[in-house]
Amino acid sequence: MFDLIAFIPRAIVQGIPLLYGCTGETISEKAGSLNLGIPGVMYVGGICGVIGAFLYEQSCGGHVNGFLAITIPLLSCLLGSLLMGLLFAVLTVTLRANQNVVGLAMTTFGVGFGNFFGGSLIKLTGSDVPSIALSATSRYFSRGLPFAGDMGAFGKVFLSYGFLAYAAVIIAFITAYVLKKTRTGLHLRAVGENPATADAAGINITRYKYLSICIGCMIAGLGGLYYVMDYASGVWSNDAFGDRGWLAIALVIFTLWRPNIAVFASFLFGGLYILYLFIPTGTDLAVKELYKMLPYVVTIIVLILTGMRNKRENQPPESLGLPYFREDR
Amino acid sequence: MRGITKIFDGKVTANNNVDLDIYKGEILSLLGENGSGKTTLMNMLSGIYFPDRGQIYINGEPVTINSPREAYDHGIGMIHQHFKLVDVFTAAENIVLGLEEEGKLDLARVAEKIQKICDTYGFEVDPKKKIYDMSVSQKQTVEIVKVLYRGADILILDEPTAVLTPQETEKLFTVLRNMRSAGKAIVIITHKLHEVEAISDRVAVLRKGEYIGEMKTSETNAQEMTNMMVGREVALNIDRPAPVDPRPKIRVEDLTVRSSDGVLKLDDVSFTANSGEILGIAGISGCGQKELLEAIAGLQNVEKGSITYIHDDGSEESLLGKDPLQIASMGVSLSFVPEDRLGMGLVASMDLTDNMMLRSFRKGKSVFTDRKTPKKLAEKVVDELDVNTPGVSTPVRRLSGGNVQKVLVGREIASAPTVLLSAYIVRGLDINSSYTIYELLNLQKKNGVAVIYVGEDLDVLLELCDRILVLCSGRVSGIVDGVKADKNQVGLMMTRLGGGDTDEQ
Repeated sequence: MFDLIAFIPRAIVQGIPLLYGCTGETISEKAGSLNLGIPGVMYVGGICGVIGAFLYEQSCGGHVNGFLAITIPLLSCLLGSLLMGLLFAVLTVTLRANQNVVGLAMTTFGVGFGNFFGGSLIKLTGSDVPSIALSATSRYFSRGLPFAGDMGAFGKVFLSYGFLAYAAVIIAFITAYVLKKTRTGLHLRAVGENPATADAAGINITRYKYLSICIGCMIAGLGGLYYVMDYASGVWSNDAFGDRGWLAIALVIFTLWRPNIAVFASFLFGGLYILYLFIPTGTDLAVKELYKMLPYVVTIIVLILTGMRNKRENQPPESLGLPYFREDR
Repeated sequence: MRGITKIFDGKVTANNNVDLDIYKGEILSLLGENGSGKTTLMNMLSGIYFPDRGQIYINGEPVTINSPREAYDHGIGMIHQHFKLVDVFTAAENIVLGLEEEGKLDLARVAEKIQKICDTYGFEVDPKKKIYDMSVSQKQTVEIVKVLYRGADILILDEPTAVLTPQETEKLFTVLRNMRSAGKAIVIITHKLHEVEAISDRVAVLRKGEYIGEMKTSETNAQEMTNMMVGREVALNIDRPAPVDPRPKIRVEDLTVRSSDGVLKLDDVSFTANSGEILGIAGISGCGQKELLEAIAGLQNVEKGSITYIHDDGSEESLLGKDPLQIASMGVSLSFVPEDRLGMGLVASMDLTDNMMLRSFRKGKSVFTDRKTPKKLAEKVVDELDVNTPGVSTPVRRLSGGNVQKVLVGREIASAPTVLLSAYIVRGLDINSSYTIYELLNLQKKNGVAVIYVGEDLDVLLELCDRILVLCSGRVSGIVDGVKADKNQVGLMMTRLGGGDTDEQ
């Protein structure tokens, strides 16, 4: 029997890292920067949080202060992803390097960076298994609302998550609102659609691009942090994050650049991602693999559908991926 | 405001020591050939470029304009030739773009303010309409409202009429006159002389970045203005030699073409193009001209209809189902000038010789290409058409628009075509280069070539072409005699099938 009450929370926790990545990438893409470095950024966000937490846990010797246990990894994560964002922004906006190349390089770099420091920390702890557990820190991250346990199914489905999960949803809705309703959002979208027009209207292209890339990366980085600290209960093992970063980028296209849709779409993706665990497939591993394919298949179908509909609002920002040169003679 | 002196130095001196006065309640025409620095000069006024030397004064105060926003602060607004609008935004969103007003973004209030501006000057704008749903003329209106919304007192319009029908142009001029009465200063950049005469109070002429002089429009005439622009006497009449032995060359019957997304582009188009004749094709841009030429050249899928090529000996051959190579080898030559000019005709990063080779590289038996003949051809084109280039090994992209055009036309003519298809062949060219091109077309006509000329400027169409086919949203609105037709009639035919009575609707 399909256990919906168990399935939904699992789908949601799977979806949260995707939601972070998707929101971050959407902000960046809306301003015209196709940041394919997001998977790398999420790795860096995760490992920086781990490093912060590790150092703190080592230094305080067992007496973990709840506030610091949350703030230190959070800040290290934000700092790490901000640096990645700055790297991307400097290369693509100021030096006008090709966004695809820089993005792919950053993903390679980010994954390597995560595995290198992850490996080093594992060595430092001298543990037998190839992972480190930061369970003390993780306890604070994954603590659900106190009364969740008393409310049965409702509590389980809606209230059982760590604060970063709620933050992801709130950030996504705020982003959607800012993009659609505010002057800042209007300007940001103008930069992504038609930078020459935005420039002529007196909008500072460089500033909007830098800010959107950096903020986008910081939000995406939180996805990595959430994954390690909450989803994986503070256990870092190399390459465990997998291809979630790419899935987040696929999600951007799937949601047609709308973070409010992304909230639900990410849960859907999360569900599809783990569906194979819930559907009895017997011992035939091949069938399992087919189920694992689902999120990608859905993305391709959506791409085909939106391509056929051809409505202008559903197209990518017009100058996505293009560097902006102010015409000079 | 008075006394604007600006010097723009760099690798290219676009403006050298230019003085220009702009007065309130007056329309000033800024006249000059291509590359004479009109747009550059105005771009400095509107903050896109910064002058290297010189000083701008507004109301007697020296000011520095570093950015478009600062220009707006000084009440200067520019309507660019290529609209600066975001397609997926609504009119209202585009109008408030870049503004830092107090409080929340309230599009309803913006719409009210837009309506007030429209009522004052006699525009029509739907604030909620998306730009991509708008016609060119509506987009231009949005641009003007955008500038007025920012409280501009000085409006600069860069070739505003280039894309408008005569009727739309008249509407625009009415609005401009209303603004003049409201005390705004208006500068219009143009190289259409009859418009200068129709709208402006004063004319200032630039040539090669230098300020030549200015005069009251009422005290000058087209000939004098042209001479000032070009710097020497120019004959302003386009020749129209009588057609030589016109015989049907291409017959198009019931041609219907759909674009890839299913939109009907050409609907039952039939006509005949004769040798030794220039057939003009008039129509608002995007009415199927492009599809028509491409269908003849074998670049379009045709839904139904026939295109027949008639050989000199009277035998007929269908062009449908042939690829461009086969068609070209029959002597149909396409000199198509798409909007980005370098899109279909020439390869921007290749030099003149290599571009000449695009037509000839299949010739010869050896595995190696023959570079000598194209090089000679390139030199000949440069020489005969007076192409301004450092040499034949210069990449085409470094040439100015007029010169690129000459290279393309030169190459097409050199292949000795029997049919020459040209679209927007003088787009963006100045008077001097345009006339060179017209002469070339006439020369081809004298040689018995069937020339099909898709044009934008009705005056030119009426002067140059023997017959004019008018298209209206993909259908033939009528074919008129170039000698007898008048401009209003053609203009009406462009907007309404058959050019029916105005009070029909």
